[in-house]
Amino acid sequence: MSEYYAPLRDMQFVLKELAGLDAVAQLPGCEEATPDLVDAVLEEAARFALEVLSPLNYPGDQEGATWHDKAVTMPAGFKEAYKLFVESGWAALASEPEWGGQGLPKVVAAAVGEMWKAANHAFSLCPLLTTGAIEALVLSGSEELKKTYLEKMVSGEWTGTMNLTEPNAGSDLAAVRTRAEPQPDGSYKIYGQKIFITYGDHDMVENIVHLVLARTPNAPEGVKGISLFVVPKFLVNADGSLGARNDAWCVSIEHKLGIHASPTAIMAFGDHSGAIGHLVGEENRGLEYMFIMMNAARFGVGLEGVAVCERAYQRARDYARERIQCTDIGVRGGPKVPIIAHPDVRRMLMTMKAYAEATRALAYVVAAAHDAAMRHPDEGERKANQAFVDLMIPVVKGWSTETGVMVASLGVQVHGGMGYVEETGAAQHLRDAQISTIYEGTTGIQANDLIGRKIARESGSTLKVVIEAMRALDADLAQQAGGHFVAIRNRLRTGVDALAAAGGWLVATYGSDVRAAAAGAVPFLKLLGTVAGGWLMARAALAAQARIAAGDSDPFFVAKIGTARFYADHILSQAPGLASTVTDGAEGVMALPEDMF
Amino acid sequence: MKILVPVKRVVDYNVKVRVKPDGSDVDLANVKMSMNPFDEIAVEQAVRLKEAGVASEVVVVSAGVANCQETLRTAMATGADRGILIQTDGELQPLAVARLLKAVCEKEQPQIVFCGKQAIDDDANQTGQMLAGLLNWPQATFVSKVAVAGDQATVTREIDSGLETVEVRLPAVLTADLRLNEPRYATLPNIMKAKKKPLETLTPAALGVDVTARLKTLKVAEPAKRTAGIKVADAADLVLKLKTEAKVI
Repeated sequence: MSEYYAPLRDMQFVLKELAGLDAVAQLPGCEEATPDLVDAVLEEAARFALEVLSPLNYPGDQEGATWHDKAVTMPAGFKEAYKLFVESGWAALASEPEWGGQGLPKVVAAAVGEMWKAANHAFSLCPLLTTGAIEALVLSGSEELKKTYLEKMVSGEWTGTMNLTEPNAGSDLAAVRTRAEPQPDGSYKIYGQKIFITYGDHDMVENIVHLVLARTPNAPEGVKGISLFVVPKFLVNADGSLGARNDAWCVSIEHKLGIHASPTAIMAFGDHSGAIGHLVGEENRGLEYMFIMMNAARFGVGLEGVAVCERAYQRARDYARERIQCTDIGVRGGPKVPIIAHPDVRRMLMTMKAYAEATRALAYVVAAAHDAAMRHPDEGERKANQAFVDLMIPVVKGWSTETGVMVASLGVQVHGGMGYVEETGAAQHLRDAQISTIYEGTTGIQANDLIGRKIARESGSTLKVVIEAMRALDADLAQQAGGHFVAIRNRLRTGVDALAAAGGWLVATYGSDVRAAAAGAVPFLKLLGTVAGGWLMARAALAAQARIAAGDSDPFFVAKIGTARFYADHILSQAPGLASTVTDGAEGVMALPEDMF
Repeated sequence: MKILVPVKRVVDYNVKVRVKPDGSDVDLANVKMSMNPFDEIAVEQAVRLKEAGVASEVVVVSAGVANCQETLRTAMATGADRGILIQTDGELQPLAVARLLKAVCEKEQPQIVFCGKQAIDDDANQTGQMLAGLLNWPQATFVSKVAVAGDQATVTREIDSGLETVEVRLPAVLTADLRLNEPRYATLPNIMKAKKKPLETLTPAALGVDVTARLKTLKVAEPAKRTAGIKVADAADLVLKLKTEAKVI
């Protein structure tokens, strides 16, 4: 079985040429992130991904996490791998130095995070959820809560969870029913059941810190009456040592399509004596706190899409090189050739490679903008970058993960019948990829967020800025010689025009016919992803051409231009079709009344 | 006690090497480079000796192009205290490297020079031995176990007939074999700290060493492609074929 080799060359290229790592390293607090340090970090992370996490991916899937007597046992090897992960300091990569983190920029964390996800999706969820819980505490927790929990969570010695969903409160969190009753000592007792709690219980660490959404007795109805609580698995004594077992139990885990090694817990709070919890921030503001960190969590899930594109591509490529079948097309009686020689297999591999590179480019560019939004000394720059991040987060999440499923499916297809059996590992990527389009907000939720909060609410002003940046590339592209650049330029122009037209229609329609706008939300999200990917692949081709012109003979640059050409003709070419689906598709979507289904 | 560990930047062991079309050398353009795995083992052992309180300082040294700095930083990220780069762009053969190392030893006065037993690019397996000869120091090669007490090292060597245990008086040159240890992963905090550790750059000229190549490479060729195997009828047939056709027994 082929293992995962982090695509260091492309990661370094995207960081430097597209995401502007040099500029990020100029930001206050990011001075340590010099290119040589980032290279060293990426190389060692790649080694850890290859040697420790990747070999556990398939056996972890086959064995799965198991549940017995209110406790979860992880598949063989996970506990040791997690220990090594913590000891090596990877858990603390991007957290605040104040709590023991290394404070590296988001854009570096994005590249390293992509490696964990690609090497072992199920494993990577544990640090992802812990990071989310840390952010919620950093942003909203009292000093006492921070002191009690943050250091151990940042180091990874304790892990964190996010307890939002209940059987009747999924995408609609207004329906949360878990109760929190104030106690005389200022703590609360939590009663209720939560489902779909990723890493809600496991045996890799001694304590798990649950962040739980619940209602206090006189809270208002709906989303304005939800508060956030810290509920540890083991209570923490004043001196930091572990105290009594809290009344928070994993009563079962789910049997799922994929990510079998990631325990998805059903959590029961307060079945016996009441689970002791502490309020985070103020009462009734829980959802607001959750949404602050939601962007980060959604970005992290979007990276899973990037990661599975790369992982599925590598496996399919390796197989296509080895699998000998048929003679070259058009050659009679010639030798049998590896299937990578066949044009349709090549088309599939190019599709996978092009999507991996385009989704990566978008994710890292957004991560770098996030760093600038947090740290740039100029307020205008901070605002502009934050607006770009807000616009693009649902695209990174929605587009990259939908693309991941498609690419993982192609990975199975390249393997033919062998892809449909589990031993090749291709099927696991497809099974694992599907969840990324669902958790932290389904693609539909992302698309609604995109067209409503991120576009219509501000009359498309940030979208217009992005479109102008895309158009500004035309002059550079026009100056390049050769058929590749002619195609890239033409497709980008057509694609950007289609995006502008559909965006204009959305802004005009959202106020007057929100149902029509919503019917086209997902096609619009795909359109924006597709065109943004085309824009960044065009920028990548220009950067590669500049390096070639400067005498660099690395074949990577030739491949980059060829891949950008492929993206233009095979993927960016879909933009006008998607745009017309946005503007004309609502009639068909709503054509049948409910009873005709 | 100071330990000096020479580290070589070589083609990464995962890379499938290609020969240049003109047969002059292996093609190194755009190929991933890493620390020679046997040198990683030597660094690890030196760091363990330091952690055990036997050594007080671990100095890593590399000879070659400017990018060897990365190799030195990698070694420092796993625990070496400082690095020395002897920067030169030309070809370096084992004798030249041994002479450079001798000059560094005279400067640094280490008690142990811990080399990898060989580098995975040219597989020469000469530098450590030559260095011991030039310094007129004892040597113990192919080390799979080492214990240091006072000015004496007790060393287990992997040899064709099994394991041999010898004692060497320090200062000495040791060369690490595969089973000596399993190198640790660099931790993220140590990778970041490595950047701030001292790294000194020297030149062969400054050390007064002539690194001119003494050997001339006539030709570099790919190994012969393996041909399909055959089925043999029985053991006797196999022995016969090994004797008469393969001529290996």
